[in-house]
Amino acid sequence: MTVTREPYGGRFAFFAETGFAARLAFAAVLSFPSVFRRRSRGELVRQLYAVCIRTLPVVTVVSLFTGMILALQVGLELRRFNYEIYLGAAVMVSLVREMGPFSCGMCLAACVGSAVAAELAAMKVNDEIAALEIMSISPVRFLAAPRMLALVIASPLLGFFCCVVGTMGGGIVSATQLNVDFGQYIASALSAADTKDLFVGLLKSLVFGFTIGAVAVYEGFGAGYGAAGVGRSTQRSVITGFLLILMFGYMITRVAYR
Amino acid sequence: MSLVEFENVTKEFDGEKVLDGLSFKVEKGEIFCIVGQSGAGKSVTLKHLVRLFVPTSGRVLVDGVDVARASERELWRTRGRIGYLFQSAALLAWMTVADNVALPLRENTALDDAEIEKRTASALAEVELSHAAGKYPPEISGGMQKRAGLARAIVRESDIVLYDEPTSGLDPVTSVTIHRLIRKLNRTRGITSIVVTHDLAGAIAIADRILLIKDGKAAVCLPPAQFLESENPAAKEIVAAMKGDIG
Ligand SMILES: Nc1ncnc2c1ncn2[C@@H]1O[C@H](COP(=O)(O)OP(=O)(O)OP(=O)(O)O)[C@@H](O)[C@H]1O
Ligand SMILES: [Mg+2]
Repeated sequence: MTVTREPYGGRFAFFAETGFAARLAFAAVLSFPSVFRRRSRGELVRQLYAVCIRTLPVVTVVSLFTGMILALQVGLELRRFNYEIYLGAAVMVSLVREMGPFSCGMCLAACVGSAVAAELAAMKVNDEIAALEIMSISPVRFLAAPRMLALVIASPLLGFFCCVVGTMGGGIVSATQLNVDFGQYIASALSAADTKDLFVGLLKSLVFGFTIGAVAVYEGFGAGYGAAGVGRSTQRSVITGFLLILMFGYMITRVAYR
Repeated sequence: MSLVEFENVTKEFDGEKVLDGLSFKVEKGEIFCIVGQSGAGKSVTLKHLVRLFVPTSGRVLVDGVDVARASERELWRTRGRIGYLFQSAALLAWMTVADNVALPLRENTALDDAEIEKRTASALAEVELSHAAGKYPPEISGGMQKRAGLARAIVRESDIVLYDEPTSGLDPVTSVTIHRLIRKLNRTRGITSIVVTHDLAGAIAIADRILLIKDGKAAVCLPPAQFLESENPAAKEIVAAMKGDIG
């Protein structure tokens, strides 16, 4: 599909834009297989590297502190009833079900989504997207698909990593601040580990990764002219990404835990 | 029938008219130069040919295809015939110059790597850029980027090539090389060329006809010799400017 276009006008512009974004995301998914072709594989690896390795420090710190905060807050409440032994379970469940995918999604939207939107927007402003289309190279296949696929692959991995690191962070707090033995904390955490929770958590991460990619690509391709256009696209990709993560997170929880 | 036709094209951006009833025709095999002041709408005109802009009213025909209303498939086919040098060169920053030039061949043809390399090298040699093949676009000068973009526009066997200011930012000697190249491609491969330029002297040297855009309209559209003699005030103004006449 062609992505160089003028913005939709008129009263129903919002719906037309949303429809365009959905078609764009769909077209990108259809191009996912082509990303594995010999000439495109290098690009996927480059994008995976950008997503995983470059966000790793941020994701580590964010999830560590998420786990620590969770353990402290929940631990203090549990201590009032002498239930500290269940602290591991409480932290683990909230991380796997909610906070792991959520904090990972926020990091990805802020670090990767914004970078993808800015990169594509700069290319749009510089006529590079137009140049690709005129060379009969689909920007959806050539630019959008590898970036989105990298996010889709990396997001569940990073989400899982978040849960592990967060649980560790909680363990540190419980051992140092709440006098719960680390071994006991881990035992409690493992006893609460549930396959369904894990799957729902991973599904959330996957959906978040896809959403962040789709939003970033849509905003990048739709950038307005000039340097201001790049800034605005980047900003909007982060804001829209955050909002959609919250909304989809709620919806998945709602469906999975009735 | 002409290869390219603009019929009464009007283009507004947020109510501001950039093109206002622009009409002209470009014949097959012609070198057609478009001149006009900065902001006159020359780049906008070129972009209409490949549906990067859609006219507010009027029609743009490329070989009989109404570009604005063409189906996706027709549009891809029309674009496939066209080589386009953008004003900004529009090279991909993460690929070397050689990879940029080879890109249209790699992505769209079944040629083997050796053949692609050969054609890329010869396109780069035409624009005198062989020495920079391994460099990345941000590392080379604006004029070199321009020439790399030009090599990319001609590496495919297009029958129409659109040049948006091919010589801006180039020194006079290199400019002459580029003008010669445009004429050579036109003579040997029969490429129809539409050249947007600030350089009236260059346009006079290569053009079969010159179109002057003024206030969004075609002020004059004449062969070079008659253009120089034209009584049209806008044409007189730009000719005087070329001669360095500052009054
Ligand atoms: N995408 C756009 N949105 C809004 N206005 C635009 C857009 N593109 C061009 N314009 C406006 O159209 C007018 C003509 O621009 P254009 O780039 O065609 O000029 P030009 O003749 O190529 O000038 P130059 O010689 O400086 O390249 C300008 O006033 C510009 O502001
Ligand atoms: Mg221009």
